[in-house]
Amino acid sequence: METLTHQSSLTTETVASFHIHHLRFLDAEGQLTQPLPPFADPHTLLKLYEWMVLVRTFDTKAVNLQRTGQLGTFPSSLGQEALTVGMGYALLPTDVYGTCYRDQGVLIQRNVKMSEILAYWGGDERGNCYAHNKTDLPTSIPVASHLHHATGMAYALQYRNEHRAVLTLVGDGGTSQGDFYEAINLAGVWKLPIVFVINNNQWAISVSRHRQTRAHTLAQKAIAAGFEGIQVDGNDVIAVHETVACALDRARNGQGPTLIEALTFRLCDHTTADDANRYIPKEEMDAAWENEPIKRLRTYLHEQGYWDKEKEHALIKQCREQIDVAVQEYSNTPKQTLSELFDYLYAELPEPLHDQKEAMITQPPVEGA
Amino acid sequence: MTELTMVQAINQALAYEMTADNSVVLLGEDIGRNGGVFRVTDGLLDRFGPTRVLDTPLAESMIAGTAIGMAIQGLKPIAEFQFMGFIYPGFSQIISHASRMRNRTRGRLTCPIVYRAPYGGGIHAPEMHCESTEALFAHIPGLRVVIPSSPAKAYGLLLAAIRCPDPVVFLEPKRIYRMHKQAVPDTGEALALDRCYSLREGSDVTLISWGAMLHETQLAANELSKHGIEADVIDVATVKPLDIVTILNSVEKTGRCVIVHEAARHCGVGAEIAAQIAEYGLLSLLAPIQRVTGFDTIMPYFKLEKNYLPSVKRIIQSVNHVMEYA
Repeated sequence: METLTHQSSLTTETVASFHIHHLRFLDAEGQLTQPLPPFADPHTLLKLYEWMVLVRTFDTKAVNLQRTGQLGTFPSSLGQEALTVGMGYALLPTDVYGTCYRDQGVLIQRNVKMSEILAYWGGDERGNCYAHNKTDLPTSIPVASHLHHATGMAYALQYRNEHRAVLTLVGDGGTSQGDFYEAINLAGVWKLPIVFVINNNQWAISVSRHRQTRAHTLAQKAIAAGFEGIQVDGNDVIAVHETVACALDRARNGQGPTLIEALTFRLCDHTTADDANRYIPKEEMDAAWENEPIKRLRTYLHEQGYWDKEKEHALIKQCREQIDVAVQEYSNTPKQTLSELFDYLYAELPEPLHDQKEAMITQPPVEGA
Repeated sequence: MTELTMVQAINQALAYEMTADNSVVLLGEDIGRNGGVFRVTDGLLDRFGPTRVLDTPLAESMIAGTAIGMAIQGLKPIAEFQFMGFIYPGFSQIISHASRMRNRTRGRLTCPIVYRAPYGGGIHAPEMHCESTEALFAHIPGLRVVIPSSPAKAYGLLLAAIRCPDPVVFLEPKRIYRMHKQAVPDTGEALALDRCYSLREGSDVTLISWGAMLHETQLAANELSKHGIEADVIDVATVKPLDIVTILNSVEKTGRCVIVHEAARHCGVGAEIAAQIAEYGLLSLLAPIQRVTGFDTIMPYFKLEKNYLPSVKRIIQSVNHVMEYA
């Protein structure tokens, strides 16, 4: 206070103060830091573990497909499996999800087919036409812009008095966008049924978290919007799930929005078009690997006797088979028709565009198409 | 029957559709108790309540983007931007998401939204409150851009825009918000989008315009008539997509054409109309196509705005020029 006024003897009163809590159950060594929450029975923990392994195996496959020319630019989610799996597992089918682009672990649990994810990153918009999910947003490219769609959807749920909530994800870089502040502000003012999660993976392409903001935590940004923010260990799937599930419950019950900052680390390039070696120091990357989410849960499950090498091998084999089927499906997807470019532009193609559609379809053969 | 101004006609259309359809909600700055800075939403808060007439925090990107989420979840939002000059923070939402949601999800999610904004000059408003940038939106695939020219057109076209399953940018020429009154029966009947309307028949020259500029254009047509020049006057109404067939039919009849718009000339909607006439109707032209437009300068603050806006005299001058060609 003294530094904010010219006189140190002034009398002032505290009109606002805040605390940001950090939650963790499982540390990097796979040891519990406190008793498990009620949801975390062995069956559920194994289920979460299986999802995480599937997501990582899929991720590895997708990167390989890109490296061998079978996929376009792909944003790996390596190292962030606990976050997206914990989030996805907390959603009810009636909830709605607003995706960004580094959250395949949520999408897969939302019945988005792996072949659809591959189709999208393979350059085909049909990958956004989820066959088994009629509500969730498509992959959103302009960073943080989808947060407004999430709040708009949340308003519709609130308007109809439905016992449903919206969950959405943004990166640490996304919190610098005006859209982030505008969206959380509206969510606060309208007390919307929404949960915002920040995947603070420390790097927005090449700009580190501390170059995005001087704020001590990202969770505290919720305070400015008038609701609670909490920080969790995003590499601890138990902490992620507990926090997200609780926040979703509150949202469904009319208790308004929550902001969750999950601390993770991007153990990969930003996308396959990036090279993180240019800017992430090797020591930092090595240290982050010690902290990664799958190993700690495996260690815990091992030590509790729920898991062994045989089960691990069987799981990986099963994941690979499942992914191979998805890759086959992706490879065998029939080509789009040229007509589609016009067919979904409007509900009904306006008359003035009919000639252009005809010209598109009947154009001379295009080399390489 | 009581006659209505354009402001009242828009209010009547909003009320009609909100009564008919519970999914219609309004959002924007100061649209609730205040009824909007131009009073377009006057009284709607009391009639429909605060869950359907939503005063938002002051953030235009949020207004544009929140409407998208609402629409995806089954509502029919009508978002008001206070002035077109403030629409630009929301531009990214409109062009990156609203216009392409149907296409990029292959019809799974859609955006039936009306983005309303008062636009255009001539009311002595503060700086940056007066631009006409309809061409920015007309350039974007997936959007419709609709501009009414009278109270009755505003009523009918707005109803059509609200019922349209795709996003519509609905630009309200604020200079004529209260200029004329007209009988506007509250029948709930929409006017067709995507087509031009004929306001006057003549066989000597085609005058093409939209919005407030049709006022000067029609005055010019009446003046020209005194001198034996009969103009066909076309109200474009939907500047995107463009009903070029109606325009070509007229130009085929008259052989001469003057396009009038407030917006700056370069890449204005008039350029597209001229290009299409040249492409499809060149052989029916007896004279070069002329454009009477705003200048390629910054839209001036109000001391000079009358010098910027096309005048009746400038329109007549242009018509006289095209009439010189035998």
